[in-house]
Amino acid sequence: MLTDFVPLFLMMALALGLALSLLKLHQLLGPKRPNLIKTAAYESGMDPIGTARERYSVKFYLVAMIFIVFDVEVVFLYPWAVSFRDFLAADAGLGVMMVVSFFILVLGIGLLYDIKKGGLEFE
Amino acid sequence: MDLPLWATGLIGFLIINAMLVSASVLVYAERKVSGYIQNRPGPNRVGPFGFLQPFADVVKLIMKEDIAPRAASPFIHSLAPVLMVIIAMTVPAVIPFARGFVIADLDVSVLVVLALTSVSVYGVTLAGWSSNSKYSLLGGLRSSAQMISYELSMGLAVVSVVLIAGSLSLVDIVEDQASGWAILGWNVIRNPVGAMLFIITAFAETNRAPFDLPEAEQELVGGYHTEYSGMKFGMFFLAEYVNFFIASFIIVTLFFGGYLIPFEPLFAHVFYDNGLGWLLGVLQFFALLAKTAFFAFLFIWVRWTLPRFKYNQLMTIGWKYLLPIGIVNALVIALGVAVFEALGL
Repeated sequence: MLTDFVPLFLMMALALGLALSLLKLHQLLGPKRPNLIKTAAYESGMDPIGTARERYSVKFYLVAMIFIVFDVEVVFLYPWAVSFRDFLAADAGLGVMMVVSFFILVLGIGLLYDIKKGGLEFE
Repeated sequence: MDLPLWATGLIGFLIINAMLVSASVLVYAERKVSGYIQNRPGPNRVGPFGFLQPFADVVKLIMKEDIAPRAASPFIHSLAPVLMVIIAMTVPAVIPFARGFVIADLDVSVLVVLALTSVSVYGVTLAGWSSNSKYSLLGGLRSSAQMISYELSMGLAVVSVVLIAGSLSLVDIVEDQASGWAILGWNVIRNPVGAMLFIITAFAETNRAPFDLPEAEQELVGGYHTEYSGMKFGMFFLAEYVNFFIASFIIVTLFFGGYLIPFEPLFAHVFYDNGLGWLLGVLQFFALLAKTAFFAFLFIWVRWTLPRFKYNQLMTIGWKYLLPIGIVNALVIALGVAVFEALGL
């Protein structure tokens, strides 16, 4: 079974080869005449003020947190989706459907709470 | 396919080259289509009808100087474009191009596609962060927030497809759509909401307009690739075009019957009886290509027709509309599958 993945990794290695050769070719063929102005960060023609490694809006952090919660939800739905027909064949469809609906309901309440609290407002 | 490793490698090499060529064709197509949409001729100087323009661009990009900001983190700055190209070039390995013609026939190829597209978020974020420029950082942040938001809806759209097919293999999903008269078995008929959802999220995941906020020129200069020049920028560019080409492949595979030709069961035996199975395979490949070309055109068409969303609109659409629609759609499809099974269809 694991050998099924060999072609995938082979493709990945080929892609890595392509990317590295493009980089190398670029290094070999391009001129190299750096100067102070050229290597400064772009800031609309001004001298850059400070560094870009600064604090940024906490909203992005919130989005990332909510993403983790819901992504895990979606991942939990995959095994259910794959074997749903098997559950139906075993006459367990109704019970499984109720369990999944409850699972989604809990997370749906979470999403509703988040929206009401304004966690997803980007104004 | 049960081929020796060297043959698989050769086919993979050919497919990567085909992807490079199709990326240049798409760049040319985009510039030409946008030209005609804006009532101007588009590129027409290099070669016949300007067809060699993208190749000239590649030569130009390679010959340019590699400039990185001195405040940047050099390794990550180079890693980001490499990551983008690897992701873009690996996904074709799991796409079934014709019956029995897929490089890596995995049981979980749908998950592989989702996993690889998730990793491309890293490419964008690292590019934005490592450049140490404010525009890049903002572009990278916006982009990662956008891509992870829409990934959820994309995952839910795929769940509804998996429910119908009962398998995580792209080959099984395509073969499952062979039932029904002509195109009635296609998932776009059985699951239209999921198809719309997937197409919309595919636009967002590939950072194409109207979801191209990461590189909103008017506010962010170039977004996450502001500080990239020469071929490193070219690699982002290449990855973007290959990505939306592959997104078209995935849309077709999941919802529009993949390599299936309408009415194929009616005439397929003619090919098999005469030992011309390979010819049918070629026809299937061209059917897939034709459908994919339509969606690639759709990507270009939409980009030059619709204005860009504002950031709060983008987040509202993703979280308050697409996500609930995706959840409800998955449940409705599950009920539908149960009803159809009960009726013995």
